[in-house]
Amino acid sequence: MTGFRLKTGGEIDRARPVTFTFDGESVTGFAGDTYASALMASGHMVMGRSFKYRRRRGLWGAGVEEPNVWLDITCGAGFAPGRRATTEPAQHGAVTRAATASPSAERDATGAFDWFGRFIPSGFYYKTFMWPDWHLFERHIRAQAGIGTVRRDFTDVPPADRIHHHCDLLVVGAGPVGLAAAVMAAEAGARVMLVDEQDRAGGSLLAHPAVIDGQAAPDWLAAALARLAAAGARVLMRATAFGSYDHGLVAVNQRHDDGRSDTMWQVRPHHVLLATGAIDRPLPFANNDLPGIMSAEAALVYLRRYAVAPGRRVVVATSNNRTGAVAQALAEAGVAVTLVDARADATAPAGIALIRSRIIEAHGRRGVRSVTLADGQRIDCDAVLVSGGLTPTIHLYAQARGKPAWDAEKAAFVPGSTVAGMTLAGAAAGQFTLAGAFAALPEALAPLGLPLAAAPVTGAAPRYEIAAMWPEPGEKGRVWIDLQHDVTAKDVELAARENFTSVEHLKRYTTLGMATDQGKTSNLAGLALMGALTGRTVPQVGTTTYRPPYTPVPYESFAAGRRGVRFNPVKRLALESAHRAAGAVLREYGGWLRPAFYGTDDSAILIEAKQARESAALFDGSTLGKIEVMGPQAEDFLEFVYYNSIRSLKPGRGRYCFVLSETGVVFDDGVLLRLAPDHFIVSCSSSHVDGMRGLLEEWRQDRFDPSRVFIHDATQHWATLTVSGPQARAIIAGAGVEADLSDDVLPHMAIGAGRFGDQPLRIARVSFTGDRSYEISIRATQAAPLWAALRQAGSDHGAVLLGMEALTILRAEKGYLIIGKDTDGTTLPQDLGLTGPLAKKSEEFIGRRSLILPDAADANRRQFTGIEVTDGLGPLPCGAHGVEDRDGRPRSLGYVTSSYFSPTLDRPIALGLIERAQARQGEEIAFQHLGQRRRGRLVAPCFLDPDGGRLHG
Amino acid sequence: MQIFTCPFCGPRPETEFHFGGDLGNARPEGFRAVSDDEWSRYLYHRRNEKGAVREVWMHMTCGELFAMERDSVTMEAAPGHALHGDAP
Amino acid sequence: MTRRYSAFSLLREGLSGQKGWEPAWRSPDPKPRYDVVIIGAGGHGLATAYYLAKNHGITNVAVIEKGWLGGGNTGRNTTVIRSNYFYPESVALYDLALRLYEGLSRDLNYNIMLSQRGMLNLVHFPADMEMAARLTNAMQINGVDAELLDRDQVRAMLPIYNYGPDARYPVAGGVLQPRGGIARHDAVAWGYARAASRAGVDIIQQCEVQDFIIEGGRCRGLHTTKGEIRADRVGMAVAGHSSVMAAKAGFSLPLISYALQACVSEPVKPILDCTVIAPGAATYASQSDKGELVVGGALDRVPSYGQRGNLPVLQGVVAGLIEMFPIFRQLKLMRQWAGIVDVAPDSSPIIGESPLPGLFLNCGWGTGGFKAIPAGGTLLAHLLATGQHHDISRPFDLDRFANGRLIDEAAGSGIAH
Repeated sequence: MTGFRLKTGGEIDRARPVTFTFDGESVTGFAGDTYASALMASGHMVMGRSFKYRRRRGLWGAGVEEPNVWLDITCGAGFAPGRRATTEPAQHGAVTRAATASPSAERDATGAFDWFGRFIPSGFYYKTFMWPDWHLFERHIRAQAGIGTVRRDFTDVPPADRIHHHCDLLVVGAGPVGLAAAVMAAEAGARVMLVDEQDRAGGSLLAHPAVIDGQAAPDWLAAALARLAAAGARVLMRATAFGSYDHGLVAVNQRHDDGRSDTMWQVRPHHVLLATGAIDRPLPFANNDLPGIMSAEAALVYLRRYAVAPGRRVVVATSNNRTGAVAQALAEAGVAVTLVDARADATAPAGIALIRSRIIEAHGRRGVRSVTLADGQRIDCDAVLVSGGLTPTIHLYAQARGKPAWDAEKAAFVPGSTVAGMTLAGAAAGQFTLAGAFAALPEALAPLGLPLAAAPVTGAAPRYEIAAMWPEPGEKGRVWIDLQHDVTAKDVELAARENFTSVEHLKRYTTLGMATDQGKTSNLAGLALMGALTGRTVPQVGTTTYRPPYTPVPYESFAAGRRGVRFNPVKRLALESAHRAAGAVLREYGGWLRPAFYGTDDSAILIEAKQARESAALFDGSTLGKIEVMGPQAEDFLEFVYYNSIRSLKPGRGRYCFVLSETGVVFDDGVLLRLAPDHFIVSCSSSHVDGMRGLLEEWRQDRFDPSRVFIHDATQHWATLTVSGPQARAIIAGAGVEADLSDDVLPHMAIGAGRFGDQPLRIARVSFTGDRSYEISIRATQAAPLWAALRQAGSDHGAVLLGMEALTILRAEKGYLIIGKDTDGTTLPQDLGLTGPLAKKSEEFIGRRSLILPDAADANRRQFTGIEVTDGLGPLPCGAHGVEDRDGRPRSLGYVTSSYFSPTLDRPIALGLIERAQARQGEEIAFQHLGQRRRGRLVAPCFLDPDGGRLHG
Repeated sequence: MQIFTCPFCGPRPETEFHFGGDLGNARPEGFRAVSDDEWSRYLYHRRNEKGAVREVWMHMTCGELFAMERDSVTMEAAPGHALHGDAP
Repeated sequence: MTRRYSAFSLLREGLSGQKGWEPAWRSPDPKPRYDVVIIGAGGHGLATAYYLAKNHGITNVAVIEKGWLGGGNTGRNTTVIRSNYFYPESVALYDLALRLYEGLSRDLNYNIMLSQRGMLNLVHFPADMEMAARLTNAMQINGVDAELLDRDQVRAMLPIYNYGPDARYPVAGGVLQPRGGIARHDAVAWGYARAASRAGVDIIQQCEVQDFIIEGGRCRGLHTTKGEIRADRVGMAVAGHSSVMAAKAGFSLPLISYALQACVSEPVKPILDCTVIAPGAATYASQSDKGELVVGGALDRVPSYGQRGNLPVLQGVVAGLIEMFPIFRQLKLMRQWAGIVDVAPDSSPIIGESPLPGLFLNCGWGTGGFKAIPAGGTLLAHLLATGQHHDISRPFDLDRFANGRLIDEAAGSGIAH
């Protein structure tokens, strides 16, 4: 128990205690604490276990760089697995547990793994577990993996918002440099957005005091925020700019920490200024992972913001001249401090004991107890604060294809190549003193092209000095590089020895930098060691590719409420409520929600199919495509579009036609209606309307004069109500439709007009059932009264409401095919027995050339056929394959595409695509379904009324 | 999210557009004269260049085809221009 | 030096500080000429080299790689392995790969961690069960393991799916291939590289092909950034960059390169056993041994060599994932990336001699190259060794585009690759 709360100070609200549990133990902090600061203040040292060796781990960082401490958090009704303790505000009543340990961080059941560490180095799993079988080992290894446990009963995450935002300047990072930049730009008239991942603005100022423009940091901060508000800038806190995407888009995830889901901002600024600061690195020495060893910068944050000291006897070890301030701050808080500085010319603040050396080993079990220095001294301590130097946070820059450059003097990658629309400032740009960063601001903001006020001024600070310390080849003991993934210097040496020397191989082989912290503190040390091992410099080794997101982002932020029906909205019928009222069971067909059948169970289907043949049926066919094609070139255009010739189609008539794709495959079928010489309606299949519209537009613009042929999709403007069956005509007349339905005026495949009340109707004598049938189109908004009238009239004639399922039986009885069901993506028109146009049509049409490729003439093509069941066992399963046995093995001949029991014929019927079916009519073949064999005979697809008498009956 | 500029509607998000192939992939005419190879080149072969590309796109919301020059690596996209020279 | 990998050698090396392992592969300078040179040290290229040595005794072979081996799509995919295909030609190809994968760890003496926890294609609506039956029967007839599951069977296997009344894509059933699964993608590249290198193959990394040496209308070798390298036969397995290479060789290919994205969540304890795809949600997911959910979906819609993904597709994929599994709303996305995939018009690969004699192609794998690596290697090695097609690769020759014999899985099964 080493960390403790200071009596005064910090940004916490000591009047508001916050109590939660950690691994079952009660912990009390204050409002303003994170879980990490509260745990540290209450003396916790071991807060997690490492990923692989299950070593005890404590806090390393104070922000997004934290590799060690992860919590499963239950708070009220909410639950979140595997959350970083350093960035989650402590909530009263929360139940937390170490996500990396079981049953607790202190007493992890698998702690003994560490004893076997020498046998399980990086990549050990590639070298073993091959005998007898990987599967025997895998589940045990899987069980050990993972940070956090998904709760199987918790889905209650509210939909997130997504907001699109445009601005002149997006400033990422509300530290002193970002704030100053935002103020300068906003006061010069730019629309500015300023985002920062922390819960309050200030960045490094919150830990490092400074005097800016003659004001103390808190006063300057408050004034800057006030000036931003006055200038109309938008400031988002808890908002992480995590990704830089094409065409200048920056994605920002904003946390709310109040039960709401996060908000995704998609920001499209004219310019981005990254003032994202820098992250302090660890120092390499043996056992540098012990609890109690933490980042010096982080310790300062805990001290200043949360009034928590890491221990009472503290060693501060550093490679650079920024850390004296940390030692001094701790000393002022009453902590005994020894400064260990690796630089030969190091100096210490007044009153701080200085040793010019470096730590070579830390000692302790549950936490650090002492350290040994290079000069052999051993110093007892209860905490070690380390600073290995600053790594600029340039993720968004690198994601935007910026190329980092190595700055040897600063021992860091800094921005190199320029990126259009993006500049960097402050520590992110390698400017490690505030005065220098302010001085560089006018240049960083120059792309805005605005007259800017002067940048703030602050006292000069000594320039950054560092004697870089990297892990060296042959380190004694276990020097940890990636704390979260348990990668040591020895692992990097092993990678080098085995020739995994490219930076990406190093990363993948050792898993360095692949954990949830994505290597924010560890990558550079790994590169440097690999460089040393292979005789290369750090820039020669290079960096791995920076990938979004900068920190993990909730899935819901991406989905942003796209769930349930909103995931992919269905298209709805104008008459949906009427269908529901009539007892329809609605299902999705081709993106439309349509009545499958009317009744409580699917026994209704056969009743509907039978009654439709005996009397009449009413069917809502509104989804049928209605694309109008008009203009003087309409006929030429459609002659090219259609497989069938349409020039001979007379106004007032319709024709059943195919459209092919350029590959010759049947793309759609339907009845083309010709209303007038230069006015057609393409009634395409319900699910192909979008595809047909695209196809028509493409050819219209590519090949025809777009000013002489026009396309208009009127599908959703019209409802189409179909009356089919022997009684159809009587029902329509009985419903009050004014129209001449006599066979002379309106024979099969003719189009007529009519009225219903004051509404004009289009009536097409087109049949998909094989019975006399009328498709009545009416303005969609006026469909309900007509439907009601038809139902009323229909009830006098025994008409039934027909759902999709029964309709498919009716059309199958007639052998009418459904594109995409009875055809597949290889079906050519000749496979359907329709060779006429190919032989006779002289004009060019879509797909024509493909119909004479060698494959089109293949004798073994699958062809459309009817199938009669010959084994007396009921309908063939749809999806069964026709098979023949060859050399003792089955071979597929094709498949059953439609199969039903026909209530009218009182026997099963089926359609299929079978090899050489046209030549094999009458042949009996075997069918196979899930290993069972059946038998059926190939017959003509039309099972009912082959002469078509019922169309006129 | 990329922004493409439809010559008729202006800048719009990439999700409103549909790729239409290489600019200048002319359909070989006269089905009797066209060889299998020529036809398959037209149907299937693509320049698929790395770097500067010239393509046909459809803005699905207005239905218009247009030509666009892009860079297939950096994804920079110049404003599209109308195929028939009749853009407003 | 320790060469052979085993529990015993690991133990022995553990006692001596892991200091005795020899390099997994050599990094030699290129020789001026080889019997065979392969462009691209991804899975397919490395496997080709390995099978040239193993199956044909040809070891005077170099594999040329612009970057680092296994750094392209082999190291960027979602590691799914399956052979649940519809057409016999496809099944022959992908099941050859799966069978080789099943013995690969021992064959290579490198644990590729093939984890056959099943590949489950969900079926959302009752009407779609017909198409599922068509696929299941096709697989069974073609000799591949396949089970047609009903709703209850799926539910027992996948209790965390969204079975709620508001589910946009409910479950009517599924098609299960029990032998489907995932493997460790890097290990496949590294295992082949190590085995090929030991057989004498030179793997030349950081070596970019600048041009082909064409003499007498034949490909005779390569100009590279490490000098001229001559070879009797040249193989090419460069995935997304196939068209770029083809242009250097003077021909075009029926390919378009797109970015294909994938992403992983933060790692969590085991929650998802099989690999599952929901066609309606256009999303699939598995869970790696490290605990990350590995998630993928459709291609980015804009042809690209950019090797990075964009937001709209990612947003759709993630929305699909948590529509499938609402409990995953608890989780965060940790990393997203993209590979460049070369997509053929029928989404089937192209294997065969190119229009430039002496240059042989292995490309067009689109979104599904990883699962085919052992087969792609075997078949390209056969071509390079014999100049002739293996029976299994013949249907995938480039000539199918001219004669119309495309092998379009989506066309037959309704399920895209």
